[in-house]
Amino acid sequence: MEYVNPEGLRLDGRRPMEMRQLRAEIGVVSRADGSASFEMGNTKVIAAVYGPREVQNRSQQMNDQALVRCEYSMANFSTGDRRRKTKGDRTGGGKRTVIPALNCSYLVVQKMEGIQSTNGYWMDKKTYSIGVGFSGRSTEISLVIRQTMEACILTHLMPRSQIDIYVQVLQADGGTRSACINAATLALADAGIPMRDLVTSCSAGYLNSTPLLDLNYLEDSAGGADVTVGILPKLDKVTLLQMDAKLPMDIFENVMQLAVEGCKAVESHIREILLENAQTLVIRQGYGS
Amino acid sequence: MLKNKAFSRQTRQGRIIKEVREHYLRDDIYCGAPYCKNGCKVSSPCLSDSHFTILVLDTNVVLNQIDLLENQAIDNVVVLSVVLSEVKNKNIAVYNRLRALCSNSLRKFFVFSNENHKDTYVKAMAGESPNDRNDRAIRVAAKWYQDHLGSAVSVLLITNDRENKKKAIEEGISAETVECYVKSLGQPELLDLIVQPPSEDVNMADVEDLRPSKRKVIYNEHKPMSEITSGLLRGLLHQGKLCVNRFNPFEAYVGSESIGDEIIIYGRANMNRAFDGDIVAVELLPPEQWHEEKSLALADEVVLKMAIKHVPSRAETVAWHGTSSRDDEEEDVHLAPNTADDAPRVLNQGQTAPEEMKPSRPTGCVVGIIKRNWHSYCGSLEPMPMPAGDGGRAHALFVSKDRRIPKIRIQTRQLGNLLDKRIIVAVDSWDRLSRYPTGHYVRTIGEIGDRDTETEVVLIENDIDARPFSAQVLACLPPLPWSVSSQDLTNPIRQDLRHLRVCSVDPPGCRDIDDALHCMALSNGNFEVGVHIADVTNFVHPGTPLDDEASQRGTSVYLVERRIDMLPKPLTEDICSLRSDVERLAFSVIWEMTPDAEIISTRYTKSVIKSCAALSYVEAQARMDDRCSHLMFLFTFCLLGSFLVISDSKALSPLKHLEPNSFSSVLEIAKPNPSRYNEAFNKIKLGPSFLALRGGPMVMLEARGVHVAYTKAIKDLYNGAKNRVSRLVDPITSDLRNLNGLAKIMRQRRIDRGALTLASAEVKFQIDTETHDPLDIGMYQIREANQMVEEFMLAANVAVAEKILKHFPVCSLLRRHPSPTKEMLEPLLRTAEAVGLSLDVTSSKALADSLDLAKGDDPYFNKLIRILATRCMTQAVYFCSGDLSPPEYLHYGLASPLYTHFTSPIRRYADVIVHRLLAASLGIYQLPGVFQDRPKLTSISDNLNYRHRNAQMASRASVELHTLIFFRKRPTDTEARIVKIRSNGFIVFVPKYGIEGPVYLTSKGDNGGEWVVDEKQQKIRKLDGSVSYGVLGTVRIHMEVVEPQPNRPKLQLTLV
Repeated sequence: MEYVNPEGLRLDGRRPMEMRQLRAEIGVVSRADGSASFEMGNTKVIAAVYGPREVQNRSQQMNDQALVRCEYSMANFSTGDRRRKTKGDRTGGGKRTVIPALNCSYLVVQKMEGIQSTNGYWMDKKTYSIGVGFSGRSTEISLVIRQTMEACILTHLMPRSQIDIYVQVLQADGGTRSACINAATLALADAGIPMRDLVTSCSAGYLNSTPLLDLNYLEDSAGGADVTVGILPKLDKVTLLQMDAKLPMDIFENVMQLAVEGCKAVESHIREILLENAQTLVIRQGYGS
Repeated sequence: MLKNKAFSRQTRQGRIIKEVREHYLRDDIYCGAPYCKNGCKVSSPCLSDSHFTILVLDTNVVLNQIDLLENQAIDNVVVLSVVLSEVKNKNIAVYNRLRALCSNSLRKFFVFSNENHKDTYVKAMAGESPNDRNDRAIRVAAKWYQDHLGSAVSVLLITNDRENKKKAIEEGISAETVECYVKSLGQPELLDLIVQPPSEDVNMADVEDLRPSKRKVIYNEHKPMSEITSGLLRGLLHQGKLCVNRFNPFEAYVGSESIGDEIIIYGRANMNRAFDGDIVAVELLPPEQWHEEKSLALADEVVLKMAIKHVPSRAETVAWHGTSSRDDEEEDVHLAPNTADDAPRVLNQGQTAPEEMKPSRPTGCVVGIIKRNWHSYCGSLEPMPMPAGDGGRAHALFVSKDRRIPKIRIQTRQLGNLLDKRIIVAVDSWDRLSRYPTGHYVRTIGEIGDRDTETEVVLIENDIDARPFSAQVLACLPPLPWSVSSQDLTNPIRQDLRHLRVCSVDPPGCRDIDDALHCMALSNGNFEVGVHIADVTNFVHPGTPLDDEASQRGTSVYLVERRIDMLPKPLTEDICSLRSDVERLAFSVIWEMTPDAEIISTRYTKSVIKSCAALSYVEAQARMDDRCSHLMFLFTFCLLGSFLVISDSKALSPLKHLEPNSFSSVLEIAKPNPSRYNEAFNKIKLGPSFLALRGGPMVMLEARGVHVAYTKAIKDLYNGAKNRVSRLVDPITSDLRNLNGLAKIMRQRRIDRGALTLASAEVKFQIDTETHDPLDIGMYQIREANQMVEEFMLAANVAVAEKILKHFPVCSLLRRHPSPTKEMLEPLLRTAEAVGLSLDVTSSKALADSLDLAKGDDPYFNKLIRILATRCMTQAVYFCSGDLSPPEYLHYGLASPLYTHFTSPIRRYADVIVHRLLAASLGIYQLPGVFQDRPKLTSISDNLNYRHRNAQMASRASVELHTLIFFRKRPTDTEARIVKIRSNGFIVFVPKYGIEGPVYLTSKGDNGGEWVVDEKQQKIRKLDGSVSYGVLGTVRIHMEVVEPQPNRPKLQLTLV
């Protein structure tokens, strides 16, 4: 299958280095402390944040930091009629195959720990996440999002409290976990939870010997490598790195670099949205007072 | 700008789902015209800057007229992406050709992504069919171009759709039909390339009305696709690939999975317009119409076949039965209808009733064609008188060289030109009213009967790319002249083995030397034996154009008079070739062996070697046999050299390049002068370059006869030569003898393990150096030296296979030879039984043993049996080790659990891959990325198998062609052996020339009733018992080239 034609256009008319259209809105769930919806093309997710609030289950309470919980779900209508195909070609069932990815991303992780990699990113030891051994896809993604967000929330400022992040996919068209992380960042910001930096995420893949930014469902299900990266743009830190399928090391670096560029683009968009939101709030407050 | 595309799609399970996809519209898609003033910046403009007519094509024009588009005359074309995607959906082959055109920098074909351009995107209107929408998109794009580029440029929409053309003109776009446009170009020969639109579907009534006598329906209608699908599902119809019998175009087979057997289809009417290779739907005929399997008659047009490792298809074992009379009246030239019609009767007379009751094989007829396998075919026009009038336009019948293809009707305006030419024709359509399919002329290859033309036909028919290498490929070569650099020598991965006494042994005249050997006695009594293979991967790097080209070509192709290289000539003949006396890079496998040829250790290394002799098999053999004969050979040389020098002292330099054939002419020119022999002797520097010269003792005798007067001179020369030579060559000779000794043991061990010694009837031509016509033809002689080299190559291949599989269990490229099935060995067993031989085929070991025991009353008997056995074998194939399980890796013929190809990287791409694997397993290089992509690797090995098979077919066809040329002037009587019995004759094999062909006992008009076949004994005898012929018997035959059909000469064999 030809994912990039000789004229350099992808199936949906984008060029390899282009993202889908981004749209974001803040404050879509009025009852939540913070909420946002985030769209990357036809992928649409909504995130709501509750907290910091009292820990519901006392046994989980931590005296030095806040408890971050995350719940990810997909709306039943999010994929339309299509059933989600399993990724990779090795195992069946509904699981996301992460074993092949483990080899490769683990290598990278080791390479990056302590030593500055060629990309100039530091890997934060505590925060990388590789989902292995979890029963369901949503459990795995919940964990991925929780770990990613935990890495940027200043949890030590809110001991003995709990922060709940709910993310739901309304429309799935590839890159859902990136969209979820971006939506969660916005929602956390909206909730006014102290953070080190905004976390942004974007995926990139490798098809037809070309690195492609922000894969849609069609490209995602092609069976090529799919690298999802989350970064703290201001701090230049990688907080999430996942890949399924394998890639040679040198190509992997390129693809990851591309995904990082994507993350930065998402960041500037998110900042714009936040700024706009802040401005409207200021104006509103100005009217109100 | 963002648009969503929503459409419905049916899944494989039959559910209908709605798909929504994003569709981005852009403003950065450029028009591709260099003179564009609207700010289109294009780095490399793709449209011509001198030509101001831009063509925009409609989808159907591309689909139908691709041959026309490939012609140079059509240029400056805008290909719209909507057209591309439509073409891709309808015909992937045409799509690939169109893409090739677009990427060809010499042609001005520009792809305009109109579907993604914000101004040319068209949204389907309510109620508009996809076709209409696409037509509108094409018009909108054409209009956009016209507006965009202004009036200085004329944009011409080419469409054959009347409605589309009308609308275009209404919208202010100039539009033309293909024919009008081509006419306006003023090149009448282009008109031949135009595909005629298929005649309108006529219903029955119209047919009767118009031309009741001629326009009658010949073929049954094909069933609609929906009916075929449901028929297949319910088991009423059977799907399969149609294979036409290559001996008889009126009989075909469809291998059907649903009934687990082949369905036979007799006659063109039952084949119902299907071509060889089409995927068809077949309906079984009622059993009473089934034909019996037994009757075996020869169709007249048995193709003269060279019998090189030929694996007979099932199709060949079953005979031809006669066709419907309708076919006969048209194609009488093809057949021996009478003999064939009577074939069953012959059988009935000879056989008892119960045999007739045997279940016969399923017979069917084609009811629909699921996928066409139409492509273009090589052949010639059927001779016909020039028609009068009609504007020079004539209808002609094209006869393909491939007999399985029916005649094709074409229209041409250059009939006079084409009648004596080999041409290529493509098929366009076949409607039920015409007996033959309709096609169009594509191009001319050359004159019929011309050797170059016929060779090109062979290449085209076997899909062999003989074009010169492109500039990009040649750019990958190292700068010339190349030599081993100090960098190579100091490279730690490379071992310096220049001190070793390495030599190569190859067929005479071999320029692409990819293997060399050395053998050294060690102090502990063992031998160090090395196989050194040209280090091709040092020059061919993965991912380069050179590598891509080599991987496409897959193998070098050896024709009788020509070699088509896989790698460019500088690599093939110089840089990689392990020639004597030059330093070359190699990849070496080095063993330590005991004198009993037990391998103690194996190591693999990249190396630098310096071969000290490039020997031919003859020379090596001569050295191993007897030093004297070798000296004689050298002496011949000195003699010749002296003659040359005597006649002209300047003539010594070309001596090195003497060919055996030119010796006689040299002798003639040389006018010896005894007083100058001293000078001659001094000028002849004995050195290894002499060893490279080829010739034979017979030349020497000839020379001696001519120059008997100068005995003294000759004697001196001889002695001088002997002294010098004996000192110079002895070590190599002893190395060769040691190697040969080891090889013999290894070979014996291999045979004990069950390796088969199979025989093939390879032939060799002596080619005239000037005219390139064959001078002589004979069986290729296999010497001990061949076997010696082969033995070490086998050992190296096995050693490498073990090594790479150990390191890369799932991505190694190996070669396997599947065990033959019982059915495949059936003909061999039947033949053996008839001559009172019992063969045990339970294992390769058993077969090898029983073949050894097969001793007939004459020396050739054993070889004949081996040749027959070889033909029952399957083909060995390359595969990716991850695709199969280890027991399937077996190489049956070599009785080796593992095998691969490592030893000929210059001429086989498989070896290049194996070299990379081996280098990676030694940690020298990283494994290229392609090895992680299993589907890609599988497709590479499939391509290698395909290319390998084609290369073999091409060499066979080339041999066949030269046999015809050879016998054209030389009708010959010779001895032949019967290999197969048929009801009206038998197939013989001529050992001397390696030719196989039919001999008829009955003439065409004869009813053949007087001959009776005895199936059990494999005998055919006259009714009165006076004459009988048995299988493997010897007959004397007469061979002569005849031309029963114009332009299809064939070798006819008749009994003397």
